[in-house]
Amino acid sequence: MQEVLEEYLRQDMMPHMWCAGCGNGIVLHSLIRALHDLALEKEKVVVVAGIGCAGRAAGYLNLDTLHSTHGRALAFATGVKLANPDLTVVVLMGDGDATAIGGNHLIHAARRDIDLTAIVFNNSIYGMTGGQQSPLTPQKSIATTAPGGTTQRPFDLPQLARGAGAGFVGRSTTFHHQLMTRLIGDGITHPGFALVEAITYCPTAFGRQNKMGSPVEGLRWQRDHFVEINKFLSLPEEDKKGKEPMGQFHPAKGPAWPH
Amino acid sequence: MNENARLMQGNEAVVEAACAAGLKFFAGYPITPATDIAEMAAVLMPKAGGVFVQMEDEIASMAAVIGASLTGAKAMTATSGPGFSLMQENIGFAAMAEVPCVIVDVQRLGPSTGIATAPAQGDVMQVRWGTHGDHPVVALAPAGVAETYDLTVKAFNLAESLRTPVVLLLDEVVAHMREGVVVPDAGALVVRERRRPPGGPAYRALGDGVPAVPDFGSGGAVHVTGLVHDERGLPSNDRQVADALIRRLHDKVQRAAGEFTFTNSWFLEDADVAVVAYGSVVRAAHRAVVLAREKGLRAGLLQLQTIWPFPAAAVASLGRRVSRVIVPEMNLGQLVGEVERVVRGQTDVIPLSGLAGRLFTPDEILNEIIRRGKSARAVPGSGLRAYRGR
Amino acid sequence: MSGAVVDVDEKRCKGCGICLTLCPRRVFNPDERGKVKVSRPERCTGCLICDNLCPDLAITVHRAKEGREGGRVRPPAV
Repeated sequence: MQEVLEEYLRQDMMPHMWCAGCGNGIVLHSLIRALHDLALEKEKVVVVAGIGCAGRAAGYLNLDTLHSTHGRALAFATGVKLANPDLTVVVLMGDGDATAIGGNHLIHAARRDIDLTAIVFNNSIYGMTGGQQSPLTPQKSIATTAPGGTTQRPFDLPQLARGAGAGFVGRSTTFHHQLMTRLIGDGITHPGFALVEAITYCPTAFGRQNKMGSPVEGLRWQRDHFVEINKFLSLPEEDKKGKEPMGQFHPAKGPAWPH
Repeated sequence: MNENARLMQGNEAVVEAACAAGLKFFAGYPITPATDIAEMAAVLMPKAGGVFVQMEDEIASMAAVIGASLTGAKAMTATSGPGFSLMQENIGFAAMAEVPCVIVDVQRLGPSTGIATAPAQGDVMQVRWGTHGDHPVVALAPAGVAETYDLTVKAFNLAESLRTPVVLLLDEVVAHMREGVVVPDAGALVVRERRRPPGGPAYRALGDGVPAVPDFGSGGAVHVTGLVHDERGLPSNDRQVADALIRRLHDKVQRAAGEFTFTNSWFLEDADVAVVAYGSVVRAAHRAVVLAREKGLRAGLLQLQTIWPFPAAAVASLGRRVSRVIVPEMNLGQLVGEVERVVRGQTDVIPLSGLAGRLFTPDEILNEIIRRGKSARAVPGSGLRAYRGR
Repeated sequence: MSGAVVDVDEKRCKGCGICLTLCPRRVFNPDERGKVKVSRPERCTGCLICDNLCPDLAITVHRAKEGREGGRVRPPAV
């Protein structure tokens, strides 16, 4: 990482606790780059995190950080932001933290349109606890609590956020790190609730049981399965199969999400 | 007539006193019989330059209170049994991360939904042990409206000086009764602020066991977590660090307990039968003891305003002087276990529970005093003192 | 030669293999522990793929070109 960004890290906490090849480190790097590019006053940035591998990101950032309780980061963050509106508040959550136990707080933060930026590290699994299914696990994936393959339908997170009222919704993958950095920066700048879904590969808890391969293969999968949204919308239906859109989605008040 | 005297409802006194103590953030959720507190806070917080927010549930309310407190604001929430149950995880977080905050629990009849409008004292043990793990708790229980005002201010002061969550334990009777309160002049109130740090590790305890954690936004780059953490606030798996932290959290509260063990007593100097009570039961118990004295019985009353940490010394000392202790509670016997524990068999301890969801009548307590009193006769000229709300 | 210099912090590197595979110029080799070392530094073009995609934040690419702020040049669009 560039030296100028090193001041954003708590040096004595490195190396971080994530597995070799975990995409969370790439997301962290994107976040740091975005904060740097925005040239925010560091004293006025507060990072609130949930519980899980994603939540550990807060411990590595050399800022005011709040490692709160599972699923409740957005509620803690709401208190921080309302009590001191001068603070820039970024909220880091995993997919289980944000959409399972935290689902209620997610839709209310979006409904209120409170100026928080939520970054959901979506590795489609509960990683820290060893690989249980989450509300963002693709159907038929193998999980330790679905050894025969998951039968539950997952959320479409950008649609959920938009439906609840989020004014800025973005999605990128760790492979598309430039886009990720840009979306995080734009989300922070957006004066209202912003949600960025960060698709990140978990080689250990998700990848192994789903035979998705090495960390590099995880990145290649992201390269091959995500298409920039405007291009995605122009694809014929049969070409959309197996692909997902990424980029900045139309805001809640804009044109409806395509099905 | 004191021109500063106002007729106030118990719940109203909570909000008025909280504002006088510097409340700047209230997050809550409607629940009977605490809703009045949120409604009054919704009016008074904007006037005081503070923030009111109705959150989506009690879990979020407690979370928001913690977030706000970490920015330096005095913060409070108010609820009743079912909501208090939901708040437990985050209360534990506040204890572990040493976040000053006040939680008002206006007890109603449980378990579960119970009867929303009926008084009870069924949350006493939950206040102590509702959240998992070894954690200290400070809990104050007023018995009248003026006491509510006074103890609310004290609750904020304790939360700030000890950096710990403080529970203000009301019951539906205290919350909804109306009594006169002499509102102290602004300058006359002692209001404490958390220690603001000159520097050094965020979670390094000073002499009294309390750290000076920097507020968010003040340049401290502080990490606040519910994980076991070292004096930098950063997570640690080291068992020695864990042991030291958990013990320090307890010691900082115990060490200061002598200064915040608030009790009142009536007729205990020569008492043979003592009643130990808290909350609205004190009102019925006081009348019962007065009536007992009129009948020539040497009865006395010890009111506990501090429930946790339990006033062990005061109750043990009482236990050595009287031959029986009656503990009337609006539950099936919760605090009485603590009384039994600290008197260590030196006196008979008699739990008394009445009809669920209803305050004792003085006669119910008097009858128990009579039943249990042997040949306890009053000394002529011992005099009577009327109950005076503090 | 681009003049770019690649540095790997071996305390942070966990040997995930991303830079090994994605470097278009084969600058890296694994060592006996699986961590990477810079074997062919002269081949680095300063594309920054390794710097940006290292999950351990272990790689720093110093771009030596004059007039450019180190590290602010974006790699080709992927």
